Amino acid sequence: MADEVILLDFWASMFGMRTRIALAEKRVKYDHREEDLWNKSSLLLEMNPVNKKIPVLIHNGKPVCESLIQIEYIDETWPDNNPLLPSDPYKRADAKFWADFIDKKVNVTARRIWAVKGEEQEAAKELIEILKTLESELGDKKYFGDEAFGYVDIALIGFYSWFGVYEKFGNVSIESECSKLVAWAKRCLERESVAKALPESEKVITFISERRKKLGLE
Amino acid sequence: MAERSNSEEVKLLGMWASPFSRRIEIALTLKGVSYEFLEQDITNKSSLLLQLNPVNKMIPVLVHNGKPISESLVILEYIDETWRDNPILPQDPYERTMARFWSKFVDEQIYVTAMKVVGKTGKERDAVVEATRDLLMFLEKELVGKDFLGGKSLGFVDIVATLVAFWLMRTEEIVGVKVVPVEKFPEIHRWVKNLLGNDVIKKCIPPEDEHLKYIRARMEKLNIKSA
Repeated sequence: MADEVILLDFWASMFGMRTRIALAEKRVKYDHREEDLWNKSSLLLEMNPVNKKIPVLIHNGKPVCESLIQIEYIDETWPDNNPLLPSDPYKRADAKFWADFIDKKVNVTARRIWAVKGEEQEAAKELIEILKTLESELGDKKYFGDEAFGYVDIALIGFYSWFGVYEKFGNVSIESECSKLVAWAKRCLERESVAKALPESEKVITFISERRKKLGLE
Repeated sequence: MAERSNSEEVKLLGMWASPFSRRIEIALTLKGVSYEFLEQDITNKSSLLLQLNPVNKMIPVLVHNGKPISESLVILEYIDETWRDNPILPQDPYERTMARFWSKFVDEQIYVTAMKVVGKTGKERDAVVEATRDLLMFLEKELVGKDFLGGKSLGFVDIVATLVAFWLMRTEEIVGVKVVPVEKFPEIHRWVKNLLGNDVIKKCIPPEDEHLKYIRARMEKLNIKSA
C-alpha cells in the first residue's frame, strides 16, 4: 500500500525544517506544500484546528501536529533507516529533555531580538547564555546524539539558518561566543538532509527585514 | 507482576501540591513501582535538587538507580518504557502521537492560559477566562463518547489532565469565577467523576481541604484577593 505523506510547511520555519530533515533522513517521499502564513489554506485550518500552525504532517489523511511530536512519529512509523531517537529509555529521556529545553527557551528568547522594540540587547545576551548551555551539553561530541545525528540535533539545527538574523538585529556574534556550537552546525550541514532543508541565511535576513518594516520596527 | 528487586532504586523529588509532581506519583502507583518521595521546598531549593536538575532547577525529578530524569512529560514516558505493566501510552503509533499532542496542549496551552486568570480583574479577567474556555472546549469535544481521554480506561492524557480536574477546577472557588461551568462543559464534569472513581487517582491527588488552604495561603502571600 503506497503511503501518502504531505507536509504543510513554511520555508523559513525552523520547526518545519525539523520535519523536512526527519523525513529526508528516513528517505520518505512526501508532497511538500508551502503555506502562506498570512492566508492559510483550508487544508491547514482543517488539519490543525487547535493551533492553525505549520508544520503539519499528514499521513494517509491523518494529521500529526507539533514538530517534535512529528519527529517521534516519523521515527516510529519508518523505523528502518537512521534511527532518530536512542533505543535506551534513559538516553531517550535525556534527548527529549534537551529537545524540550530547546523548544521552551530558544525561540521565545530569540524572537525578542527581532520582533520586539527595545529588547534586542537583553534578548541577545539571554540567547547567548542559552546557546552556551547547549554548547556545554554538546561538549566534545560530534553530534548531540554522540556518534549518530539525531533528535536533539534535528531540534536545534534549523535555528542556525536564523543566526544571521539574531547577529544582525541583536548586534552579537554567535560565531565568536559559541564557536563549538557553530562548528557542530557546520558538521550537520554536511548532511544532505540538513543542507536541503535549511534556507540561505541571507534569504532569512531579507525576509525578517521586510517583516520588521511591516511591524513598524524599522 | 511489577519488578520490585532490591537493585531497583526509585526516588521522586516532588512537591505535594504540584500537579506536575502528583502526575508522576499517579503513574508510579498505577504501575506498582515503589518509590521514595522526597518533599522539596520550592521556595528554598535543596542542593540535591539543584544538583539533579541544574538546568531547570524544578521538580519533579525522578531518580532511577542514581540517574535523574526531569520534565514531567519526559518522566512519564520514561516510566512507561521502563515498567511495562499497565501501559499508560496507547500501543498504536498514531494514537500515541495524539496522546503526546493533547498532553502538550494541556501543559503548554490550557495551563499557561488558565494561570493568567489568577490576579486579574474585570474585563482583563473575562478575556482570559474566555480564552481558557476556548481551549477547554477541545478537551470537551475529545471526551464525547469516551469514559476517559485515554478511551475506555485511564491513560497518559488523563494523568496529565488531572491538572485541569483537580487544580484548575479546584481553584475556581478561590479565584471567584467558574471557569469550567457544568452547563458549558458537561463532558469534562462527567470525566472528573470517572477519575474520582479510580482508586489510584483518589489516593494520589492532594486532599481537597489542605489543597484549598494551601492555594489561599499562596495567593495571600502574592497579595492576590481570593473570593
